[in-house]
Amino acid sequence: MKLAVWTYEGPPHVGAMRVATAMRGVHYVLHAPQGDTYADLLFTMIERRDERPPVTYTTFQARDLGGDTAELLQSACRETYERFRPDALLVGASCTAELIQDDPAGLAKALNLPVPVVPLELSAYQKKENWGASETFLQLVRAFAPKGAAAPPRRTTRPLCNILGPTALGFRHRDDLAEVKRLLGRLGVDVNVTAPLGASVEDLRRLPAADFNIVLYPEIAEAAAAWLTRAHGQPAVRTVPIGTLATRAFIEEVARLAGVDPGPALDEPEARAPWWSRSVDSTYLTGKRVFVFGDATHAIAAARVAADEFGFKVVGLGAYNREFAREVRAAAEGYGLTALITDDYLEVERAIADLQPELVLGTQMERHIAKRLNMACAVISAPAHVQDYPARHSPQMGFEGANVLFDTWVHPLVMGLEEHLLAMFRDDFEFNDTAGPSHLNAAAAPAPHPTPAAAASIVWASEAQAELTKIPFFVRGKARRNTEDFAATRGIALIQVETLYEARSHFAR
Amino acid sequence: MNALTPLVAREAAREDSTPSLRPRAQREVFCGLTGIVWLHRKIQDAFFLVVGSRTCAHLIQSAAGVMVFAEPRFATAIMEERDLAGLADANDELDRVVDELLARRPDIRLLFLVGSCPSEVIKIDLSRAAARLSRKYTPALRVLNYSGSGIETTFTQGEDACLAALVAEAPAAAGGAGPSLLVVGALPDIVEDQFRRLFEAMGLPRVDFLPARRADDMPAIGPNTRFLLAQPFLGETAQRLETRGAVRLPALFPFGAEGTTAWLKAAADAWRVDAARFQAVIAPARERAKRAVAHHRQALEGRRIFFFPDSQLEPCLARFLIEELGMEGVEVSTPYLNKVLLAPELERLTAAVVESPDVDRQLDRCRAARPDLVVCGLGLANPLEAEGLTTKWSIELVFSPIHGFDQAGDLAALFARPLQRRALLRVAS
Repeated sequence: MKLAVWTYEGPPHVGAMRVATAMRGVHYVLHAPQGDTYADLLFTMIERRDERPPVTYTTFQARDLGGDTAELLQSACRETYERFRPDALLVGASCTAELIQDDPAGLAKALNLPVPVVPLELSAYQKKENWGASETFLQLVRAFAPKGAAAPPRRTTRPLCNILGPTALGFRHRDDLAEVKRLLGRLGVDVNVTAPLGASVEDLRRLPAADFNIVLYPEIAEAAAAWLTRAHGQPAVRTVPIGTLATRAFIEEVARLAGVDPGPALDEPEARAPWWSRSVDSTYLTGKRVFVFGDATHAIAAARVAADEFGFKVVGLGAYNREFAREVRAAAEGYGLTALITDDYLEVERAIADLQPELVLGTQMERHIAKRLNMACAVISAPAHVQDYPARHSPQMGFEGANVLFDTWVHPLVMGLEEHLLAMFRDDFEFNDTAGPSHLNAAAAPAPHPTPAAAASIVWASEAQAELTKIPFFVRGKARRNTEDFAATRGIALIQVETLYEARSHFAR
Repeated sequence: MNALTPLVAREAAREDSTPSLRPRAQREVFCGLTGIVWLHRKIQDAFFLVVGSRTCAHLIQSAAGVMVFAEPRFATAIMEERDLAGLADANDELDRVVDELLARRPDIRLLFLVGSCPSEVIKIDLSRAAARLSRKYTPALRVLNYSGSGIETTFTQGEDACLAALVAEAPAAAGGAGPSLLVVGALPDIVEDQFRRLFEAMGLPRVDFLPARRADDMPAIGPNTRFLLAQPFLGETAQRLETRGAVRLPALFPFGAEGTTAWLKAAADAWRVDAARFQAVIAPARERAKRAVAHHRQALEGRRIFFFPDSQLEPCLARFLIEELGMEGVEVSTPYLNKVLLAPELERLTAAVVESPDVDRQLDRCRAARPDLVVCGLGLANPLEAEGLTTKWSIELVFSPIHGFDQAGDLAALFARPLQRRALLRVAS
């Protein structure tokens, strides 16, 4: 058993729901008790979808367990077919139904419904949401674009690609897709099929017609793309276009595979982020200490953008999806860090409290942590909340995505000159740092967690303590930690004002 | 009333038949784990540990609609492959998780081990585990258990199971204890205080609330305990109380001016409070309630309302809306109908009540009936709005103070607001 306060990912059948809900004409019969129907609200409330997810739950009860839960599944499949007439039926079990071992796949196939049935085995006690989405997408692709299937006729002479990965309830998938399509349009590359988002079963059958695939979200699409390479010889673009540099690399990679000139797409007048970052107003961003956590793809990308495009210092990097741990570890090594691979929210909280970053780039979980620790934060990855599904166009990918990143990451910070003024006039009765950044809500900042001295033997002299409070809140935690570490290594038991400044000069960057 | 009445009656009639003959229905209601979202705020030194799967953990954090900012006093012991394969002993694992939890939260005085669908299916004996852990940690901590599993409970039945567990462990009233009133059901603190003031003004000698705000303050129970249910979904709790000799005071539930009056009156009668004194005590608040409700009459009168099943509050709320606001009930459904506890409500309710209907067939009826207001869960609300219906999320009725005189106007407002909003907005979807 594992103690979990919050979870980063739902169970794998929620991943399957994300694929089913994204597609057209696919219905998912889920052998599950009624409590599992809560998952509908993820789509109707958090993402504000205007339709129920295409999922039928068998909703078996305790009194059914001694009887025929198998018949229940079969009648649910029959009724689902009659009512919704889908083009394909996904059939699977949630965690509880896995335990009663009804063999949903066999039972559904035995019905001989006049519609393809794709069985899902999602190992609810081992796997999680992203894996469930990936596996579901893979099984659908294998079912409808099988090896040896003749490539359907092309309707164009231009280069043709598939975009793989966007789903329902994806973090900014809608907007990323629009940006990527725009880039492809400027390159003169046509999109054959986008899947799962908006795809029908017929679209999946047309997948082999494309010259290559674009893996937009590796967590969901890598398995399917690898299979399409093996089965249909389609190469894949694996650069994820988050940030200006990655967007340019993406364009060049696509252009190479498509045999087109990358020039027109690279020359993008709307790419403002590089100038916003180079302009002198942004000097104060230099070396800001940033902690990055999310799904592997978004975390790796955010760390790269933070370091190379903002001039931040990445002091922590991690991901919750173990399936991509290798990639995250490699990226972290590049910053001289050890990656934090965990789905334990409390462990992430400890890491952040310990590192005292000036900015946290994370999920909604880290937003809570940062709020509690009185730190600036921007959300870069799922799990997300209703506010992360904005009405406006707000991509993470492409040149416009880079512009969005600049705005959303800089906004939570204290602005340049204000930062100086706060440091200069700490005791100003009207303008002081307990009010937080002036352009944000003036709600009283929550009391930061008391940070106990690292070693119990170290004591702060009262003057030193007073001096510490003159340091602005967004670096105070770090100053405290540094001073205590400094005192510990020098065997200093009583921290004086001088110790504080000695430590400051020691750790000066 | 409308063309659908025969359909409704038929489904209602069918639901009247014995459970084993009921047709299978696909339902769309939360499981009992959801109650943890409010119970953990109500009992301020209790912790709820769900023994379940990743789905359980995901449900609780999603069901609240928001992720609670403060570190919550609930968590899930997520079972993994090795727990199922017998590689790990469930009891050892549970002990380890509880140790870990208590190291982090030494302030916890009451721990609930909450059973889930998977823990029930693989038959983990949480009552034995609770007894073992109680012995281990006594007197710093008491450990109780109940089931919030979706194969046995729906939504608010989780609170019923939790309170039933508390009743089983509640201290016995001292031998010579005089008569006392027990109000049963988690209420917002402000509502509790309002009721307490009214009962005190009537001269009731002692009033307790279950659950109490702190674990050590749970009320004693004995043959002189008279209890009023504040919620209609507390059937098991009521039975346990009666087993311990407590006597239930049947009444309407305290929604609206009429429901609240009748509910308070049941207690007043049990204590033989003089009629004039009763009137004098409740009159100011009752008048306030009527005035506040009247503000919303124009918005709601004559409007047709359709309830999907959610919290078991539906028959009581329908009674309030029909009687006090002049609404017309098209279909009133509930996940479970306790005909004994709701007898006073059903006597006055003029709409058909449907128990545990099939969601797709009910959606068909709802679309055909085109009610003015649909009360439904979060999974259905936006899709129905997109079809042009006006909806009220039912979960808000469980998360807002709606009981008693001073909340009657707020309760009416919850139903009026979606209609007013639709009238205000000049943008089409």
